[in-house]
Amino acid sequence: MSRQKSSASLKRKCQDDKGKVVKGRGPWSATVYGYLEMPSNRSTSTIYQFYNCRILKDGKLQREDLWIRDGKILNPEKLFFDEKGYADVRIDCKNLLIAPGYIDVQINGGFGVDFSSDVENVEEGVSKVAKGLLAYGCTSFCPTIVTSPPEIYRQIIPRIKLRDGSSEGAGVLGIHIEGPFISKDKKGAHPEKYLKKFRQGWDDVMETYSTLDGVKLFTIAPELEHSSDIIKQLVKRNIRVSVGHSSANLSQAEAAVKAGATCITHLFNAMGPFHHRDPGIVGLLTSHKIPKGVTLFYGMIADGIHTDPAALRIAYRAHPQGIVLVTDAITAMGLPIGSYKVGQQEFEVTPEGRAFVLGTKTLIGSIVTMDKCVKHFLEATNCSTEEALEAGTRHPAEMLGIAAQKGTLDYNSDADFILLDDELNVQATYIAGELVWDKVKGNHDKRGVQRKGISGFKDIV
Amino acid sequence: MRLVILDDYDKASDWAARYIMNRILQFNPGPDKYFVMGLPTGSTPVGTYKKLIEFHKAGQLSFRYVKTFNMDEYVAIPRDHPESYHSFMWANFFKHIDILPENAHILDGNAEDLEEECRQYEEKIKEAGGVELFLGGIGPDGHIAFNEPGSSLVSRTRVKTLAKETIIANSRFFGGDLAKVPTMALTVGVGTVMDSREVMILITGAHKALALYKAIEEGVSHMWTVSAFQQHRKVIFVCDEDATLELKVKTVKYFKGLMHVHNKLIEPMENGPEKKKRKVDEGINK
Repeated sequence: MSRQKSSASLKRKCQDDKGKVVKGRGPWSATVYGYLEMPSNRSTSTIYQFYNCRILKDGKLQREDLWIRDGKILNPEKLFFDEKGYADVRIDCKNLLIAPGYIDVQINGGFGVDFSSDVENVEEGVSKVAKGLLAYGCTSFCPTIVTSPPEIYRQIIPRIKLRDGSSEGAGVLGIHIEGPFISKDKKGAHPEKYLKKFRQGWDDVMETYSTLDGVKLFTIAPELEHSSDIIKQLVKRNIRVSVGHSSANLSQAEAAVKAGATCITHLFNAMGPFHHRDPGIVGLLTSHKIPKGVTLFYGMIADGIHTDPAALRIAYRAHPQGIVLVTDAITAMGLPIGSYKVGQQEFEVTPEGRAFVLGTKTLIGSIVTMDKCVKHFLEATNCSTEEALEAGTRHPAEMLGIAAQKGTLDYNSDADFILLDDELNVQATYIAGELVWDKVKGNHDKRGVQRKGISGFKDIV
Repeated sequence: MRLVILDDYDKASDWAARYIMNRILQFNPGPDKYFVMGLPTGSTPVGTYKKLIEFHKAGQLSFRYVKTFNMDEYVAIPRDHPESYHSFMWANFFKHIDILPENAHILDGNAEDLEEECRQYEEKIKEAGGVELFLGGIGPDGHIAFNEPGSSLVSRTRVKTLAKETIIANSRFFGGDLAKVPTMALTVGVGTVMDSREVMILITGAHKALALYKAIEEGVSHMWTVSAFQQHRKVIFVCDEDATLELKVKTVKYFKGLMHVHNKLIEPMENGPEKKKRKVDEGINK
């Protein structure tokens, strides 16, 4: 939409017959006050100003406006003084909170899709999940592939491509490989027959996966022989290494960290329990062997089911800077209440928001969503709203080394953000400054068209 | 001279802001007729700016047709330094109102040719039609803008080296470290401010009391440059009780006795543009 057009239509509404400027009429009058004529703006891109909001900035919720241009967060002071520029479009946020979009670094599928087995429709599966995640405030994610035979990796890995988010769905930051180099004792739901050990070292890795292009995160059991060498190789390839599905003791875990591992996969689940003389992987949270300047991150499935809230609190209090909320969601996530058959699995989704193996009381996996994780985390730990939000945004971004662009509302970062009410319910999701989902109208599929107002939002495009 | 004495800082800020609002509304600026203002920085005007922002957000006051010229800016600190006067004006005023960026003028302390920058600033003020209302503060040493003691009372915009007292006063914004405070600044001259059609000086706090005394109860002196405004046709000093502590009781009583006159200046305008329009509408419908 050209500025001329919007300027002309705005002028029409703002001026009476004699061309005298009057206070804007109509439902958007409150937002137009002060911009009664649209004078020329030097920049050719549309500049958006979200006002009447509280934004998460520098760890605090502050009453500041959020400025967007070309899909990035804009510095309004620089705009004012250097470019003599100002907003073309102002959006009244009705006092909502604005946080960066949530980032989920561990998700196995959802909406009937399973990333590890849908070989036929890999791209459609990823797209379906990506689109569905927008409703939960998630703007970036790492599709996770669980222990599988080499043929699966060979077919799937090259087809899950890194991509930016858009109205078509959340962005794919990279693949999370979880297995098969994990412990037999702590395999959880992973198929035992495909578990592996390192025999020669790196060759085993390439033999298993064929390629690691697009892999961003790798879960490994550090007690496996040669694992330290493998970790070093992975780190060299800019892949973050996470210890998990392991019965390692603390020294083995610390050796992995020394070799370059920086994360723990879903703390407490699929690992040895904390023991006061043998803290195991959990002991990494307070280990003195973490290299200076390195933050140890730990995933936490904060659904209230996988970890007791008391355990969540212990971990959080021990090491608050490292907590990364994840869903570890499976196929059933996002599906309405009912029974389903996906592949070989038969399960049902209950009204209480759990998924059981059909006819049993065995949980089939997590079906929690990022927004629920953040809410549960806030409630369970009684932390501040800022801390809860950062556990789902800044921390995962830092864990993946992309904190300059994602998980933040700093100037020049990607404009992926969500509007929340005070109870942290997602009201709207934006990717690259574009409205991609809102509570009233759902997904906004058509690119670039933001005509649809949200009930209560005065979008004067 | 008008000397308007209010009980405290907040009331003084409120009075000053209402006066400014009324002046702008009465002037009725438009695309052919901008209201040109001079603006200060520092802790004194913060309350006034807050109030003006309140009026703007309440829909009572627009800055769309207001042009501003700030008094001064440090030399050689980055424009986005948190203590630069650009940063101050953005955070405390510009970002909250609807002034157009091209109408908000601040001296550029990083210009290649500082003297040329000063000369052009004077030109811009002239082009804008001269300043309608120059808002200012006063330093503890009686200076206006950075016109330190000894500055010519007919000076124009130029580069000045800051006096020790000013550097000490400003060090509180630089973590108390004197070494970090800039030593030079660009400033409008005393003459520049005198050229404006009206001047309003805000003075609050006991530490400014001596300066106020020197400015209005003693003679015109280049050692207390604010005293130059004794020779301006239309100057208002807005202050709180504490700032009057060094004044003669006689002076204070006289001007306090005039408050009923002063308060007429800040009454909500009877024939404001809104009310005028309604009257016109009513006239048409009769």
